Amino acid sequence: MDKFLLEMKNIIKEFSGVRALDNVSLSVKEGEIHALCGENGAGKSTLMNVLSGVIPHGEYEGEILFDGNPVSFKNIRDSEKQGIVIIHQELAMIPYFSIAENMFLGNERGTKFNIDWDKTNKDAADKLKVVGLNESPYTLVKDIGVGKQQLCEIAKALSKEVRLLILDEPTASLNENDSRNLLDLLLSLKKQGVTSIIISHKINELSYVADVVTVIRDGCTIETIRKDSPDFNEDRIIKDMVGRELKNRYPLYEARTPGEPVLELIDWTVHHPLYRERKVVDNASITVRRGEVVGIAGLIGAGRTELAMSAFGKSYGAGITGTIKISGAVKKLNTVSEAIDSGLAYVTEDRKGNGLILSESIAVNTTMAKMSKVSHRGVIDKDKELEVAETYRKLLRTKANSVSEPVVSLSGGNQQKVLLSKWMFADPDILILDEPTRGIDVGAKYEIYLSINELIKDGKSVLIISSDMSELLGVADRIYVMNAGRIVGELPRKEATQEKIMAMIIKSDSEKSSTT
Amino acid sequence: MDKHRLGNALTNVGNMAKRNTMLIVLALVIIFFTIGTGGILLNPGNITSLIMQTSYVIVLAVGMLMCILTGGNIDLSVGSVLALVSVIAAKLLVEAHMNVFLVIIISLIIGGLIGAFHGFWIAYIRIPAFIVTLAGMMLWRGLQLVISDAKAIPVTSDKNPLFTSIFNSFIPNIKLTLFGVTFDIVCMILSVLATAAIVILMTRSRKTRKSKGFEVPSRAAHIFKCVLISAVILFFTFLLSEDRGFPFMLIILAVILVGYSYFTSKTVPGRYLYAVGSNEKAAKMSGVDTNKILFGAYTNMGVLSAVAALICVARFASAQPTAGEGYEMDAIASCFIGGASAYGGTGTVTGALVGAMFMGVLNNGMSMMGIDTNAQRVVKGIVLLAAVLFDILSQKRRKTT
Repeated sequence: MDKFLLEMKNIIKEFSGVRALDNVSLSVKEGEIHALCGENGAGKSTLMNVLSGVIPHGEYEGEILFDGNPVSFKNIRDSEKQGIVIIHQELAMIPYFSIAENMFLGNERGTKFNIDWDKTNKDAADKLKVVGLNESPYTLVKDIGVGKQQLCEIAKALSKEVRLLILDEPTASLNENDSRNLLDLLLSLKKQGVTSIIISHKINELSYVADVVTVIRDGCTIETIRKDSPDFNEDRIIKDMVGRELKNRYPLYEARTPGEPVLELIDWTVHHPLYRERKVVDNASITVRRGEVVGIAGLIGAGRTELAMSAFGKSYGAGITGTIKISGAVKKLNTVSEAIDSGLAYVTEDRKGNGLILSESIAVNTTMAKMSKVSHRGVIDKDKELEVAETYRKLLRTKANSVSEPVVSLSGGNQQKVLLSKWMFADPDILILDEPTRGIDVGAKYEIYLSINELIKDGKSVLIISSDMSELLGVADRIYVMNAGRIVGELPRKEATQEKIMAMIIKSDSEKSSTT
Repeated sequence: MDKHRLGNALTNVGNMAKRNTMLIVLALVIIFFTIGTGGILLNPGNITSLIMQTSYVIVLAVGMLMCILTGGNIDLSVGSVLALVSVIAAKLLVEAHMNVFLVIIISLIIGGLIGAFHGFWIAYIRIPAFIVTLAGMMLWRGLQLVISDAKAIPVTSDKNPLFTSIFNSFIPNIKLTLFGVTFDIVCMILSVLATAAIVILMTRSRKTRKSKGFEVPSRAAHIFKCVLISAVILFFTFLLSEDRGFPFMLIILAVILVGYSYFTSKTVPGRYLYAVGSNEKAAKMSGVDTNKILFGAYTNMGVLSAVAALICVARFASAQPTAGEGYEMDAIASCFIGGASAYGGTGTVTGALVGAMFMGVLNNGMSMMGIDTNAQRVVKGIVLLAAVLFDILSQKRRKTT
């Protein structure tokens, strides 16, 4: 049993000049659960994309051996044929298809011209039993929760005679209970001989489930630790993950004395736009003062983005109730342009989706939120537009040949800087930054933090939402903790630690489950 | 040294050519049909009728471009709207003997209202544009047939001289004969003035941009561009001047083209049109009232359909029950041939013009060559596909190099 099922040797992958993977090697033995850890942007997902053929053979350097044989996958189908199945963080299920239809999509029962629906549903029911999911195969996927969808994905993988199961952050959006179920399922699959790779940040889960941990940082393999080694402990793994440079990942913090409140949300409640009875934000109250950086911590799905977007001109949600005050005055912000006029800016987490217009130039994107500053009676002064775009390009050190270059050709970090330029140009008093450093490299992160400090010096206020707790600890003056739509705690900088934040989240979860 | 400069100029010209592939294809098509028709295509008389024939397609294509920019939405109803407005305008002129200018204004308002009706469902209720305008296509055609009882209404020039002359007349001629060639001096003066204005504007803009430290095309490329544009304009207007002179229609067209070109490239609402088409969510999150932009695009399409309706009534001297059939497809094809993206967000007024000219030359040239009208459709279909394919391939090549 000690033979390697998978060996990836010296994998190198560059994205437009940036090395995402720099000589990464990974060896997975048959029948083990192998954990892959690393921070956001360390290269875990890229490595898995290389393995599963999302990044086809030829676009990377290095060698992959599967079951002892060299393989060169051109697409996902190739890798699935060998029994390598990847379950992505963003689930790829079709909401209006039933569980059974989803499970056998691309792998239909029966013949090509005559799908055997009885067999489809029967097989699906069998697989659901294996993963311990008590749902009818006829249930539509939209009607089950994320945790159950995750189990469906695993059932789908099992239907493909999986040999190597890869799970990318499978528990990121699951609650404690569902996470535990999922991990137990992995352990029982292991008994049946399924090898898995699990990508996760959650160290406690890894020590529960994994036989081996490989840590990746900045595109390099740091080390591989087996469970029986004395080094297999959380401190060691964390040290590997964050590396030495943790100390200066954030600009030096200077004590600030915030002024009067500039943004207050009082008893803010938001309902889901489709499922009106569901409260996404539940009676939340927050205050941001002048010259203050306020963080909102929480897990994915805690309602942080929804809180911010609903406050930003009701750009999310339905049945919004509560009071919003800007500099002490009660406001009714019904549209985004009213929010912008009141001095708010929301820098989205989804820069490609609703942040930037990728096909347009840096200049066009920079001025989009406040065209009035570069136009006169509706006529655009294009020269002025180029000048201001250039000013912001220099200010934020955006790497581009010129501001006429389309945003799509920039790297993620530089796109993020363009997005930030856009909202700095809009000259707001309060910037809401939603995951401002997700998926960008360490250097660009640091520059974004510097820009935040600059904004504060200019007397602006920043509300920052981040899933990276160390980031919030590094930049925020005060941190709200949000869970399941509610504000469950507030910590000043001095008292805030990752443990305290996590404890607040877990405590609120258990309070909730004990009351229901 | 000189050789080096010449080389630079040539690469500049080469780059210009790469950016304007469709323009070059249009030139090739013109040359092809000029040879194919034994030179008749570029006959002064034919140029005039080419402009008249293409004018309403150009007007419709400009409106269609605005709709396509908002996200690849097309308007299928333009032919039917055109027919309905034609009938109403003809009835008002012939049966109610209404003042011509009043008729024009009423027609434009009706067009605008119909467009706003479409725009309301599309923008505020979010019914897909395809469905709303398909419904409109049937609805307005039907209404038109009910009103007109499926009969043509003649609008003859002897009974409605003012109306016909607005859309069909020529600027008064002063014919001169020099070196054995007779031409209209008014037409030539107009075209020289227009050419001079274009060259001066281009040069001035280059100068100010250069003084502000922006990158500008090299001197040689600039001169080449000016000379080329001047030569093309002067050549075609000279041909016009040999015939009936400067058509008034050309001025209406120029105003529409320059106006919409300016609107799309220089104004804030024009910019928003592109933004909505490229990424509606991002536009919305930047404070753009995306509903208003969509609504505006379709209302505008209605108004331009009405303009095209008036042109058609004047040109055919009647409001026909079958007027405008298939025009929506010509307008859509013009936009796509002219480089507009079927997903929205890219496309220019100049491109739509080039596309419309392309379709016009194709129609006219094939008729001249005596190609059967049924076979013409086959050719047009193939050409549309080929033109867009060519554009996509050349863009891909540009990206990889």
